[in-house]
Amino acid sequence: MSLLGSIKKVDDFTWEIPPDAQEGMLVPGVVFGDRALLEKADRDNALQQVINVACLPGIVKASLAMPDIHWGYGFPIGGVAATGAADGVISPGGVGYDISCGVRLIKTSLTHTEAAGRLRETIDLLNVSVPKGLGTKGRLRLERREVERMMSRGAAALVASGIGWEEDLEAMEENGCYAGADPGKVSDKAVARGREQVGTLGSGNHFLEIQVVDEAGPLAEKLGIFEGQVVVMVHSGSRGLGHQVCTDYIEVMGAALPRYGYRLPDRQLVCAPVQSREGRDYLAAMACAANFAMCNREAITHWVRECFERVFGTGARKLGMELLYDVSHNLAKAEVHEVDGKPASLMVHRKGATRAFPGSRPEVAERFAQTGQPVIIPGDMGSYSFVLVGTEEALRKSFGSTCHGAGRAMSRKAAKKLVRGEELRERLESRGIMVRSGHLAGFAEEAPEAYKDVQEVVEICEGAGLSRKVARMRPLAVMKG
Amino acid sequence: MGIRACGSSMSEAFENCARGMMSLMLDLEKIRPERRVRLAAQGRERESLLVSWLSEILYRVEAEGWAFRSFEVSEISDTSVRAWGTGEALDPERHVTGAEIKAPTYHMLELREEKGRWTAQVIFDV
Repeated sequence: MSLLGSIKKVDDFTWEIPPDAQEGMLVPGVVFGDRALLEKADRDNALQQVINVACLPGIVKASLAMPDIHWGYGFPIGGVAATGAADGVISPGGVGYDISCGVRLIKTSLTHTEAAGRLRETIDLLNVSVPKGLGTKGRLRLERREVERMMSRGAAALVASGIGWEEDLEAMEENGCYAGADPGKVSDKAVARGREQVGTLGSGNHFLEIQVVDEAGPLAEKLGIFEGQVVVMVHSGSRGLGHQVCTDYIEVMGAALPRYGYRLPDRQLVCAPVQSREGRDYLAAMACAANFAMCNREAITHWVRECFERVFGTGARKLGMELLYDVSHNLAKAEVHEVDGKPASLMVHRKGATRAFPGSRPEVAERFAQTGQPVIIPGDMGSYSFVLVGTEEALRKSFGSTCHGAGRAMSRKAAKKLVRGEELRERLESRGIMVRSGHLAGFAEEAPEAYKDVQEVVEICEGAGLSRKVARMRPLAVMKG
Repeated sequence: MGIRACGSSMSEAFENCARGMMSLMLDLEKIRPERRVRLAAQGRERESLLVSWLSEILYRVEAEGWAFRSFEVSEISDTSVRAWGTGEALDPERHVTGAEIKAPTYHMLELREEKGRWTAQVIFDV
């Protein structure tokens, strides 16, 4: 059933689903997008999911959807929901199975012209140095206590062992360590699934790309970004460890649900009070998975730097391979935001949405005080990716959140019907994009046709004031699991 | 991504669902039936049992490196399942044809019996 009839236009980029649109809604739904995106979200049932999230106990202000909204499992992808930290709930489904799935961008001082002749060698070396795809093991063999150290201390644990740089930590959300982690709340199964996966890319939409900055705006210089610069983007998450944490706690909360008496429109939205034992345990385990995810991306960064060092015959520091920033786009965070004119302690769920804070927030490192927090937006394989920064307006409108990517426009199955992996590889190669992929069927699932136009999504985010554009990158070489 | 599996009993629906899930990741024809392993899962009711059963298999694949080509349920109730999984050690080069499955979800989950015919529907996070 179409929900477009019950939606009100607020301005060119904002649409509201009033709380009387469906019984059980506690707050309105707010979708950032244009008419075309809205119609698409309606067709794939994602608007109904915005309404379902508006029924979560303790939700405040609105159930929000970013312009890359699409149908998810329970929560829509691109969904943001804040609940009261004292009287609201935490929902593992509102974080997702890939806890702290995220993106980072590693800069270099190389220009495309300087690097062009060696990019094939670089991607080939990366392809054998960074494990990817199902069933491949990471290069680190870890004991449980080492995994526990990563879960408790985050990326600093890895840096202490000589993997990654100290200064990387400041360029990660929470300085690379999410507070409140308690490995005792993570099951043996979760540890067993993740133990051999530190520094592995995974599969699905995860990738590693060598890109060139092809447009750099006025803020770019402050972030050390310039036109023609070669950069490396990494998209991966908490691997099997995070997937198992989510699986485990959906069961824990499902068992506890009758006790709390919540009536939910979708079983995948299962939740428990933030202040309950189940809620606190989940948050402690989620923090472990988030820290593990940052370690995973930090280890991949280490292999990337090593590969560049070998190919270019110079140290990674000399090659300017600093981490610009690392963002998580599947996470719940304890944050303070203004609600009804007063500061309120909230649990902000971002499911396929990125934190986009202005420089004034205490969570943002000093070095980004003037620009705002960098936001890394991966596009799809054939098109552009972006660096954005957070804004004050995002704080007012979306609890300081923006989009996380292009957002699927087509299911994986539909994409595979439309595009053959081999054809896609040829098409990209003919445009000068080198491709290294584990299996071609999965590769076709990630075809550019399967995604919304990322430029359009980014424009809408800018139009709505949720983030500002800094730079645009196009892919030179793509590696997928 | 999801699957719909049928069977003439709850056991058969569980076996077929598991096989369907494996076929999204691996080429079942290329998996040799070399070894058997005991599998067990518990749930709060039938549908949560189905999620636990598939989660247990994913765990065995990812943490223990199994590639399963078939399953045989030996005991099943609304809250517990015991079974055999048959296959060999996972060889990414030889077996893998698709993306990793992160988890079976509760979204649009269904397990139904109508006139002796069982149908299961599961959406996976990929």
